[in-house]
Amino acid sequence: MTLDSKIPSGPIAEKWDKHKFDMKLVNPANKRRYSVIVVGSGLAGASAAASLAEMGYKVKCFCYQDSPRRAHSIAAQGGINAAKNYQNDGDSVQRLFYDTVKGGDFRAREANVYRLAQVSANVIDQCVAQGVPFAREYGGLLSNRSFGGALVSRTFYARGQTGQQLLLGAYQALERQIGLGNVQMFPRTEMLDLVVVNGQARGIVVRNLVTGSIESHAADAVVLGTGGYSNVFFLSTNAKNCNTTAIWRAHKKGAYMANPCYTQIHPTCIPQSGDHQSKLTLMSESLRNDGRVWVPKMPGDARAPGDIPETDRDYYLERLYPTYGNLAPRDISSRAAKRVCDEGRGVGPGGRGVYLDFAEAIKRLGEHVVRERYGNLFDMYERITGENPYKAPMRIYPAVHYTMGGLWVDYNLMSNLPGLHVIGEANFSDHGANRLGASALMQGLADGYFVLPYTIGHYFASVKRDPVTIDHPEFKKAEESVRTQINRLLSIRGKRTVLSFHRELGKIMWDECGMARTEASLKKALELIPALRDEFWKNVMVTGEGADFNQALEHAGRVADYFEFAELLCADALHRNESCGGHFREEYQTEEGEAQRDDANFAYVAAWEHKGVGQPAVLHKEPLAFETVHLQQRSYK
Amino acid sequence: MNLTLRVWRQKKASEPGRLVDYPARDISPDMSFLEMLDVVNEGLIQQGQEPIAFDSDCREGICGMCSLVINGVPHGGHQATATCQLHMRHFHDGQTITIEPWRAKAFPVVKDCVCDRSSFDRVIQAGGFVSVGTGGTPDANTLPISKKDSDRAMDAAQCIGCGACVAACRNASAMLFVAAKVSHLAQLPQGKVEAADRVQAMVAQMDAEGFGNCSNQSECEAVCPKEISVDFIAQLNREYLKTVIK
Repeated sequence: MTLDSKIPSGPIAEKWDKHKFDMKLVNPANKRRYSVIVVGSGLAGASAAASLAEMGYKVKCFCYQDSPRRAHSIAAQGGINAAKNYQNDGDSVQRLFYDTVKGGDFRAREANVYRLAQVSANVIDQCVAQGVPFAREYGGLLSNRSFGGALVSRTFYARGQTGQQLLLGAYQALERQIGLGNVQMFPRTEMLDLVVVNGQARGIVVRNLVTGSIESHAADAVVLGTGGYSNVFFLSTNAKNCNTTAIWRAHKKGAYMANPCYTQIHPTCIPQSGDHQSKLTLMSESLRNDGRVWVPKMPGDARAPGDIPETDRDYYLERLYPTYGNLAPRDISSRAAKRVCDEGRGVGPGGRGVYLDFAEAIKRLGEHVVRERYGNLFDMYERITGENPYKAPMRIYPAVHYTMGGLWVDYNLMSNLPGLHVIGEANFSDHGANRLGASALMQGLADGYFVLPYTIGHYFASVKRDPVTIDHPEFKKAEESVRTQINRLLSIRGKRTVLSFHRELGKIMWDECGMARTEASLKKALELIPALRDEFWKNVMVTGEGADFNQALEHAGRVADYFEFAELLCADALHRNESCGGHFREEYQTEEGEAQRDDANFAYVAAWEHKGVGQPAVLHKEPLAFETVHLQQRSYK
Repeated sequence: MNLTLRVWRQKKASEPGRLVDYPARDISPDMSFLEMLDVVNEGLIQQGQEPIAFDSDCREGICGMCSLVINGVPHGGHQATATCQLHMRHFHDGQTITIEPWRAKAFPVVKDCVCDRSSFDRVIQAGGFVSVGTGGTPDANTLPISKKDSDRAMDAAQCIGCGACVAACRNASAMLFVAAKVSHLAQLPQGKVEAADRVQAMVAQMDAEGFGNCSNQSECEAVCPKEISVDFIAQLNREYLKTVIK
């Protein structure tokens, strides 16, 4: 099958407007005849479900949480980018587009990114109209701050809870449509299969997480806004229940998975405190404005940080990257931290941590200024670690927190399976190999409010579908396979818990396919993963029943999918013989240790076709053309 | 350290529940409360017993999913701390810890320590929004909003909808939750347009869901992980009164 990205012709600045005019429309009175299933209720899913319902489509929305308001978008702290140029500092659609393509290390699709930059301004207008309380200046106008990868201030924020406020805006719009009867909401419901009829996505099979009943839902189109797959690493900054099940099972039904090896590792997280750790917590990158990162010069130096004199400290970021210093980009900072810890100079339990020290800032600015700037973050740090960061330096370490890869989509956000649309972090399209800060919120809302509502109508108006109900044999078949898997998981009754398998898989992924990857480590992972997967299916212990509220069973199904997905992630990382963005292959680096791309051979999207568990996936390439932004080496010196 | 957990076990809403004792051994003070429960659950599963059901997701205090009454206090009684951010260093060796679900008529138990808070969603459906559709909105800077109003709106808007306020209230009142949303939107020009209809509809729905009345004990504020002030309840009353006395 050839991948047709359906990028409209014409100059980049005119593509979206031209496409909007060229797309077919659905008569307003006819919209109620079309039904849409939206899976996920985060920024992308909730904004899409609300917008589609407002237009008149019949919408069903599904989430695994007890309320759509709890989707993991809620945890985003920093902000949302938009090309408003309110600060008169030279921002423009063109500049946001350029920064995002460059920030993605030239592995994103230009046309999609340009459109994202274009609609970013509408997203802010929409949120303000909903009552999102963005930060404001004394004059009453909106405030902005700057973020990594940009030389302008284009980030809008609501204290350190921007994701929460944006999600509540979308959630309230969604609840309004639920109240009006335009959306049927299914909380505590998990999608377990995609149903494809005559090559078109026509529905899903779900499990009601309260009763355990398996149910089918048919529709004219299915939209997945189910987020990323960071939890394949077990420890990540994602919520505990974030999972890859929806997109993975769609992949097994024929949707291509694109660039799974593009994973982002954030440098400033609170380090793991022991083997019991269940998740990692991000500390905002803004701390590095005033904090200094260091480790002892000598390996194994066990003295308390205050007892280590200046002469025995290595402020390694300032030493290695004098221009950027402690504000070196995320991927560079993360890899540098790993390197010093590998040398035995890491601090804290297990030696996997570096100091982020505010002593100098407190001396220079006074404790009250530091408290004013970072007080809530310091409090959160103290709550988790029990240490007072005003007295002793913080300890930080990198952690997985976002995934750029996802299901392949064309310019209309539709996968290669007609009718299956994928939005937000679940798709692959806009961030290339590395996402810039404050761009995830922008993309989720852009897709849900301003892109999908246009493109889905074009699909309805231009593609013929037969009437399909849940009595169709394909639904029965999918339900049967879901039941079979559940029964299989419950009948093994082995000796190991799901959690112990998830932890071990995560350790393999982190050690062999984490911040730095090599051909040897990836080959090792590709031996370890199938072996552990075999053990899982022989020795896992899942208690309880299928027809009940059963959290162990939920987790087991998700981990089963991680085992399959992890293999594809490693295979993708092994095939990509270059380093770009979050994908760092040690064999491919410049003399200074920067990522070395191979544009001649790898300037393409790797879209994988499923051929069966344990079978090699088949690679389809979508070449990336850079017609507007010229390919160049990213430099941070 | 070693602890005894006294945990509410209930198979389903229609069956009676009871407190069951479980030992929690070798607990590190660095564990979060939920990680301690993870460890206990791992032990139960290995013995072939069903683990204790409890809700959690983000585990960083923002999603509002976690909901345990710990030793009689929702979220365990540490200032500005949700259950998931509570750590074991606040407990001591040999302690007995009682763990229960939120208890309120409007939050029926689903299983063990998991309850159904969909009543909160229905209260929002009744009017906790600004009735604008997608698109056609004016430029974000068209309408200046004073920093004071905007900050106060944010103080209310940061409610995470966990329901601890209801669980702490002896009347199981949802006044703080409803007040936070009414005040957030009434504070902003975008929300003022529908303020009267909103407060009427949300209060009516709150009553219909079976939440009790407020008797000004402020237990809700004391347990709120976001420290939402009871001042907003006064604002809710004011907003409500304005719609009655014209």
